[in-house]
Amino acid sequence: MIWSGLLIYWANSIYKIQVGNTVIFHFFPKGFYKALKIPFHLAKGMSFHFAFAWLFIINGILYFAYTIFSGEWRYLLPNKKSFKEAWQVLLHDLHIKKYHPPQQKYNAAQRIAYTAIIFMGIGSLLTGLAIYKPVQFSWALFLCGGYEAARLEHFILTIGYILFFLIHIIQVIKTGWNNFQAMITGLEVIKQDKQITVNE
Amino acid sequence: MSKQDFFSKRTKNISNTSFRRSILLSFIIFAVLVTTGIFAWQWLNRQPAEQGALKPLRKTLELNEKVLKSTFDTGRLSKVYTEKDAAKYVRVNGNIGMQKTVDTSAWRLNVVRNAGDTLKISLADIEQLPKADVIFDFKCIEGWSQVSHWAGVPLKTFMEYYHLSAQEKMNYVGLQTIDKKYYVGIDMPSALQSQTILCYEMNNKPLPVNQGYPLRLIIPVKYGIKHLKQIGTMYFSNEKPPDYWAERGYDYYAGL
Repeated sequence: MIWSGLLIYWANSIYKIQVGNTVIFHFFPKGFYKALKIPFHLAKGMSFHFAFAWLFIINGILYFAYTIFSGEWRYLLPNKKSFKEAWQVLLHDLHIKKYHPPQQKYNAAQRIAYTAIIFMGIGSLLTGLAIYKPVQFSWALFLCGGYEAARLEHFILTIGYILFFLIHIIQVIKTGWNNFQAMITGLEVIKQDKQITVNE
Repeated sequence: MSKQDFFSKRTKNISNTSFRRSILLSFIIFAVLVTTGIFAWQWLNRQPAEQGALKPLRKTLELNEKVLKSTFDTGRLSKVYTEKDAAKYVRVNGNIGMQKTVDTSAWRLNVVRNAGDTLKISLADIEQLPKADVIFDFKCIEGWSQVSHWAGVPLKTFMEYYHLSAQEKMNYVGLQTIDKKYYVGIDMPSALQSQTILCYEMNNKPLPVNQGYPLRLIIPVKYGIKHLKQIGTMYFSNEKPPDYWAERGYDYYAGL
């Protein structure tokens, strides 16, 4: 989605400082476009974007339904303590403080992030619909505060995903193998004796 | 299941073998899913292009079009602005099929009622029909938008005046520039929406040549690519009329 969004966003090299007809500075030089394989293909970007939007929606609905019906939402939803604890987690992860608050499957910061991502997804869908069909979905345009606002919000949410993704990857690498295998197997190893205790 | 039950049931002892088995199984499933994803992506990119878009994507665009057409409501108007919101310097985009000058003493709008039956209408005739102002946020498919002020005769009024009710029942309107080098097709419900006009004025003055003099289409429920300038020919069809940008990978519908 983000890649096809970039095809749209960077379809024209308008991101530059220009006086009259003289270009002083290109924010994104030619090599940059080539490296990311974004050769000014607006139509291609749009065709991918409006096809993969369906997958985005279906995937979102399936994931949401799964967390509800499996009961997993209990791990994901922030509780009263989460906001205070999330701050402690942040200080811990940045190596400012040693204390790490007790947690279940996910820590407080994760609970907030994993719940926020649902709202971000809904936000991307809403702002996207508002930009896609501003007349027919004028209710979405109204909710977003207008065409320009919707475009800005859609863009900011995308930056949010990139940050989410980067921090996530870094954290997974930092926490090591047991955590990574747990992400895939769904089994978190607690003790490794003859008997293995796992958290599903 | 109560909350306590949910958490307590999730911790259990399992044997080394069964642990190894579930890890192996999970990783196999994971690998299969990742590989399937990669292959699906490669398969998609190997597909032949249909009208400039990969076939599965073209089909999806057509599916989107179907969904959007079924929910299209002519009662939903493009937001209307006031004259003071309108840009003085109106952006010019696209010059495909455009003439440098047009002689309106010779120019006629050709309305093909049926094969071999063409109405020829002069600019003066069109100007005598009821005029409507449309001030709206003109949206380009490239991303920019600009509030601009246009005036002309609503296409619906025009078609009623020239007794084109049989044509109104067809699925599409086709438009071509004078030289026929730029052409669009528009679904009839969008074409007959009350804000769609055959436009001959911009900012209360005759259209400049680069904005489509003598006559252009303004259709606020579509992107700019459908607002054909310097109309030469109008025709009607039940099949999709050829569309310049739709042949080059863009969505045919391009509705807003």
